[in-house]
Amino acid sequence: MSEELIFHGEHLLDVQRLKKFFPIKKGVFRRTVGWVQAVDGVSLHVDKGETLGLVGESGCGKSTTGKCILRLLEPTEGDILLEGKNISAINPSEMKQFRRKVQAVFQDPYSSLNPRMSVGNIVGEPFKVHDIHPSSDIRERVADLFKKVGLRPEYMSRYPHEFSGGQRQRIGIARSIALRPDLIIFDEPVSALDVSIQAQVINLLDDLKQEFKLSYLFIAHDLSVVEHVSDRIAVMYLGKIVEVAKDTELYSNPLHPYTRALLSAIPIPEPKQKKKRIILQGEVPSPINPPSGCRFHPRCSEAMKICKHEEPIMSAIDHHHQVSCFLYR
Amino acid sequence: MSNTRILEEGKGKLWRTFKKNKTALVGTAIIIIVIAVAILAPWISPHDPLEQNMVHRLKPPDRTYPLGTDEYGRDVLSRVLWGTRVSLSVGILSILFGLVVGTAMGAVAGYKGAIVGSIIMRMVDVLLSFPVLISGILVVAILGPGMDKLILTMGIVFAPRFARLAYGPTLVVKEREYVDSARIIGVSNLRILTHYLFPNIFGGILVAGTLWVGTAILTEASLSFLGLGVSPPTPTWGNMIKSGIDRLTTAPWLSIFPGLSILTTVLAINMIGDGLRDITDPKLRI
Repeated sequence: MSEELIFHGEHLLDVQRLKKFFPIKKGVFRRTVGWVQAVDGVSLHVDKGETLGLVGESGCGKSTTGKCILRLLEPTEGDILLEGKNISAINPSEMKQFRRKVQAVFQDPYSSLNPRMSVGNIVGEPFKVHDIHPSSDIRERVADLFKKVGLRPEYMSRYPHEFSGGQRQRIGIARSIALRPDLIIFDEPVSALDVSIQAQVINLLDDLKQEFKLSYLFIAHDLSVVEHVSDRIAVMYLGKIVEVAKDTELYSNPLHPYTRALLSAIPIPEPKQKKKRIILQGEVPSPINPPSGCRFHPRCSEAMKICKHEEPIMSAIDHHHQVSCFLYR
Repeated sequence: MSNTRILEEGKGKLWRTFKKNKTALVGTAIIIIVIAVAILAPWISPHDPLEQNMVHRLKPPDRTYPLGTDEYGRDVLSRVLWGTRVSLSVGILSILFGLVVGTAMGAVAGYKGAIVGSIIMRMVDVLLSFPVLISGILVVAILGPGMDKLILTMGIVFAPRFARLAYGPTLVVKEREYVDSARIIGVSNLRILTHYLFPNIFGGILVAGTLWVGTAILTEASLSFLGLGVSPPTPTWGNMIKSGIDRLTTAPWLSIFPGLSILTTVLAINMIGDGLRDITDPKLRI
């Protein structure tokens, strides 16, 4: 590992006990009658040069976590630290610096590009906003970015609707690396793409990570994709993180019953090999009124008495593996 | 490098597409003629539009008076030509003013949401609950009569209508991921409004706006009729229709010709609006 990749002391991104509750309002006076507890006490960190995968079912709060980190949503509680600096209390000029450091790519390549802007202008927008290069230079820089993500610079004057999903996602990626950020948050970046295109985009992400020494927070529901890109993986269920481990460790030795169920759902290219699928019973409970104790207990095959009444806390199994389950106390 | 050249080629694209759009071209041609008429009225009118001639009153169209004469013996053709000046400027300028102010209000209300949005939109609702004419009278009563005041008045009257029209689409567009993406890049709220929201809600507003030019021309007539706009001897298309309406069966030429003028103008402006919407939409551009 090169000298600059070794991390000294702090994490690049440190999320501490993050909570995001959305009010449910009813009636003429918009009275708050309840709260959707989308994210309930999530702690995670991303080190320099690392990819952290964040997986979980739809509606478990993984995108909300991403949006809080991006400051698109105001967290209800908790701290988000970037290079040790709390970003919830920064002034506008620091905010601008923050924007240069943290970028994002979203799921839907069809709605993440402004249909009224040429793709050249879309990718050049960060330069304009941050006044980095003289406008005569921007075209050259945009052309470079296009080449970096495998698009032809000749396409710059075209509009988003003239591109396929995969190409659009590349345009979004080009925009996200324009400012040379430290951290990029990917919110399901390939789940809207064909499988063949998924592989290309993921390989592109790998290359860019090497070249620009980036760190990724990779949010996805597809475990096989996450396995490929991540160094560490955090598994989320109903607003909480239930297990964090190095990728190899998680796949070879999943501890939390929910993680085991998730992993058993990955198809394997071996028709003869019989595989035991763990089929979860019931639906994901509502985050408006989550179950008492461990949030997974109503669907857990190994639920014990204590799971109903007490909430498990994160405990370290070893240096690279933490789980929040009473089975491993 | 070749990239630079390719980008610059894009600039001529807008004009080329405009030229290809027959609707917009015809509309533009008509409006240019109408504007020319407004400017050249003193030279092309066969008679003085204010000159009364009681001997020739209420004459049907003939050789001396191609569009006939009104109840004071004034030449209808000359009055229609001169009327272009007031009607066109009041119709277009007031709608333009209303469009700019109203769209800004609606877009800010939709984008900001929460309390600011609610306050703006409730104010808009109150203003919308009055008919155009009533709120027109109210504003003129405050500002006083005169053509500049009239334009301002009608702009104020139409602004809430544009605000309502801009508000809904803004709510839709601001939830799109490209707006989030812009915020992540660090684009300012103002630039999001002007470069991300407005271009995407523009089409519908433009078309409605061009249709409302006709309404504005007629409202001017009503306000003038009540003595709140342009005073009577000055010809406008609106007050000509108004005064001719009583004699619709006996002397239809009094209101038909100014009516046709409004129709042609509104149609032409609407054609331009339609064309502009198509031209500015990259999806429909060739």
